[in-house]
Amino acid sequence: MRRNKAASVGALVLSLALTSAACGGGTSGGSNEQPKTLTYWASNQGASIEVDKKVLQPELDKFEKETGIKVKLEVVPWSDLLNRIMTASTTGRGPDVLNIGNTWSASLQAGGALMPWDDAAFQKIGGKDKFVESALGSTGAEGKPPAAVPLYSMAYALYYNKKLFKEAGISKPPATWDELVSTGKKLTKDGKAGLGVEGSNLSNNIHQVFVLGKQHGVDFFTPDGKADFTSDGAVAAVKQYVDLMATHKIVPRGNAEYEQNQSLSDFATDKTAMVLWQTAAATFAAKGMSEDEWGVAPAPVQSGAPGQGKGTNSMVAGINLAVFKNTKNSEGAMKFVEFMSSDGEQKILNKAYGSIPPVKTAQQDPAFNGPGIATLRETLTTSAAALPQVPEESQFETVVGTAVKELFAEAAAGRPVTDQLVRAKLDKAQQQMPKK
Amino acid sequence: MPERSVRVPRSPRTPRSPMAAPPSFLWIRRVFLTLLTAFVVLPVFVMVTSSLKPLEDVSGKFRWIPSGLTIRPYIDIWSTVPLADYFVNSLIVAGTATVFSVVVAVFSAYAVSRYSFRGKRVFTVTVLSTQMFPGILFLLPLFLIFVNIGDVTGIPLFGSRLGLIITYLTFSLPFSIWMLIGYFDSVPRELDEAAKVDGCGPVGALLRVVVPAARPGIVAVAVYAFMTAWGEVLFASVMTNETTRTLAVGLQGYSTLNDVYWNQIMAASLVVSVPVVAGFLLLQRYLVAGLTAGAVK
Amino acid sequence: MTTTASPEAGERTARTDRPGAQAPRAPRFGRLRRIGLPYLLLLPALLLELLVHLVPMATGIAVSFKELTQFYLRDWINSPWAALENYRVALDFDAPVGQALLSSFATTCLFTALSVALCWVLGVSAAIFLQESFRGRGILRTLFLVPYALPVYAAVITWSFMFQRDNGLINHVLHDQLGLADTPPFWLIGENSFVALLVVSVWKGWPFAFLIVTAGLQNIPRDLYEAAALDGAGIPQQIRRITLPSLRPVNQVLVLVLFLWTFNDFNTPFVLFGNAAPESANLISLHIYQSSFQTWNFGLGSAMSVLLLLFLLAVTSAYLLFTSRGRQAGDA
Repeated sequence: MRRNKAASVGALVLSLALTSAACGGGTSGGSNEQPKTLTYWASNQGASIEVDKKVLQPELDKFEKETGIKVKLEVVPWSDLLNRIMTASTTGRGPDVLNIGNTWSASLQAGGALMPWDDAAFQKIGGKDKFVESALGSTGAEGKPPAAVPLYSMAYALYYNKKLFKEAGISKPPATWDELVSTGKKLTKDGKAGLGVEGSNLSNNIHQVFVLGKQHGVDFFTPDGKADFTSDGAVAAVKQYVDLMATHKIVPRGNAEYEQNQSLSDFATDKTAMVLWQTAAATFAAKGMSEDEWGVAPAPVQSGAPGQGKGTNSMVAGINLAVFKNTKNSEGAMKFVEFMSSDGEQKILNKAYGSIPPVKTAQQDPAFNGPGIATLRETLTTSAAALPQVPEESQFETVVGTAVKELFAEAAAGRPVTDQLVRAKLDKAQQQMPKK
Repeated sequence: MPERSVRVPRSPRTPRSPMAAPPSFLWIRRVFLTLLTAFVVLPVFVMVTSSLKPLEDVSGKFRWIPSGLTIRPYIDIWSTVPLADYFVNSLIVAGTATVFSVVVAVFSAYAVSRYSFRGKRVFTVTVLSTQMFPGILFLLPLFLIFVNIGDVTGIPLFGSRLGLIITYLTFSLPFSIWMLIGYFDSVPRELDEAAKVDGCGPVGALLRVVVPAARPGIVAVAVYAFMTAWGEVLFASVMTNETTRTLAVGLQGYSTLNDVYWNQIMAASLVVSVPVVAGFLLLQRYLVAGLTAGAVK
Repeated sequence: MTTTASPEAGERTARTDRPGAQAPRAPRFGRLRRIGLPYLLLLPALLLELLVHLVPMATGIAVSFKELTQFYLRDWINSPWAALENYRVALDFDAPVGQALLSSFATTCLFTALSVALCWVLGVSAAIFLQESFRGRGILRTLFLVPYALPVYAAVITWSFMFQRDNGLINHVLHDQLGLADTPPFWLIGENSFVALLVVSVWKGWPFAFLIVTAGLQNIPRDLYEAAALDGAGIPQQIRRITLPSLRPVNQVLVLVLFLWTFNDFNTPFVLFGNAAPESANLISLHIYQSSFQTWNFGLGSAMSVLLLLFLLAVTSAYLLFTSRGRQAGDA
């Protein structure tokens, strides 16, 4: 027994020592030990992982031909991406280059696993100026070198089903929330719904209430980065969003449990007349809707025209490209980022995914000036705001997104959603944020 | 539903009670078993029928009668995600983990069953108590340890099938060891002794006498180990990459950013389930026998 | 792999040691080997348990005393020590974090009790009903094991498909066909999600009880029933007087295993509800997952896990103590 115990204690100590000796993701930065290969984690942008591989692989082959660097591609499903990045950060084992949701930028930046893009780094890929300003706004905390560069940009817009509009005798899409409600009421009949939402999709909830918050003149964070969820403006914003179902009843109750884009399916099958969504063209096409069956208009504002401040009608949505600090091929990684953000690739990839190039010159391509996409581009340049660039952004998405989900559940159960209830939920959310 | 006759045909040896079961018992049994069968079968029915429906049917209101039947989902599943690769990965991982889990469990159970030694109780209690460990608590540490062992020894454990195999084989160990201890206890010691008299060493006795006598128990353990490895999601999602991803994780690929292909999800779920369910059901006779002697004595 | 090498080595030495070889070795050596052998046989299991369970567990416990948030992820070994701060936050039931943990814990307890009870009742009833052979018994036995054999993900995703409010089968039957509800209820959000989770959990779990009890029933000698029948005991009496008492040791283990599996179940709620489970179905393992992975606070998540582990250890030891005492009393 004693020997047995001693042996196991020994093994335990040994493995612990092993763990602590070599661990911590490594303090060293990148190196150039493996100049001939790169690993690239791409997020799932297309209709399926296989579609993504078909889009990306030819481009990677092109890159290999140009530089001699072989890129190993892995398309990571959204359900796994953040966990994979976190474990990669902790262990120091990850890809060389990776896609991140642009709203995660500040959170991941705080973790220190991504290479900071200082001016020297930007110089290597053609300068910071080649990117659109608004897209750069969602690449990390202000005053710090960005944690990533923009790759694909997207914006929210109001999509409407032309057939249902025609049936209801509506000639033009609503431009303000009041109009949206009255239009929605006209459309809500015979089992058809005015507006669709994804009540259980936390990120989408956040995107919507963030924009409404802007329109009410509030951010969900104070300027020095403290959570501020219970201001009157924030309460009003959240309530206004949930009221679309609770009070105005232009959103069907069933939407409270939607989280896998069922609202887009409803839209495509003529069950819902409007959705507020980001860059939905490719999805509608995949669902068998032709381009003349739907229209697109700027997302509504409280009054007046979209613009900055209270005229904000979209968050800056998109995907960023980051370099993992522990890369063994930092030169190659830079070359790859330069390649991916080059005009040619930007045009090809953004066309394939229906997104907008965050690179100024690529954006000028006529392909991004079509009837659907022009609205998005316009929104992005004039009236979109970046989500708060704070390290706690991902907690914010979780707790406030959940609060909105729970409020939708209340509304769906037919219970009243009062100011007090909204405030209580938001207060609970705020308490769950890490103390500063 | 199989039809059951009211009068239960019986041979003189098999009946549980020599008394004829009263009609009330038979009625209760009939109602209970019918309801239970409906409960059990319903999701399976949904899985099978939905996998044969066109996408419009499964993304709209539920309908018992499909608007049309199609085998399209069964073709599409292979191209939406690289299911075949995942299938191979799962087979390798689950198969290898099962074999080694059984081998390791057999040796441990034999030691505990046949020898008295210091630390025996500590060993069994510790191993069994690992069943209580919440996976969340050691997911990240395990990953860290694998990475560091990889750094020190050069054996790639993270992201590789090997790492997953080791993890899964350990997951099924506690239950397997515990079951086999019970089973080995039921194998008469005289058999070992006889083998030893015939010139076998202790391990020879184990392999030639005890293992064959405990075959049902070993099959039961193997089935359990295989199922554990085949269906695990959490660890696989973090510890695998594109080339080593297993089926259970790969299935999530059908609910993508843009759409949920319910019919493909159902088709793929069926395809994924068939090997385990078939194996499980084929071996269930052993399973019951194994549990009878092993776990429930 | 080193794990297989040692038993083989043991076997090899064993084989050369046949009496025919007439090894003139000192008995001392043989004795030593005999003492060492059980340890040798246990070695692979020990090493694996250390590698996969025990050391990671110890690391996890260490992390629970650290302030391991997103800011220290990359250099986690140097993250500051938090002493008992994580535990204090987790156990401060006046603050939302502690409250949420407590309510999740209560939900899990209620859920586990109901699920285990239902699994047990269904499993035992079905096993008793199938004890006597009749036409179709084999098919039913096979069929009943299907839920247990299905991979978790495949099974639960199917249930979530059926539980959809607008398009699911459950509401189609309850509302459209039977007219039982005025408006179609929600199953995946709100209060009913507890029921949905329970249904899925029982569906998946009861076949295990059925399997174990079926196996247990095989050990009951037939003459017991025959003797009881001669005494004029009907089927209910036979079940009460013979079947259930004979199943006691089986039940003891079965209930414990079901309890541990159900209490720790992560996959079912995760696949059914996704990242944010409704409050009424927020099981503790999912709650801890959210508290660590979703909010990037691994220190706090680990502290919660350790508390959970302590609770399970306490319950299990109390249970084992209680049942073994009960059994001894029963045997006496």
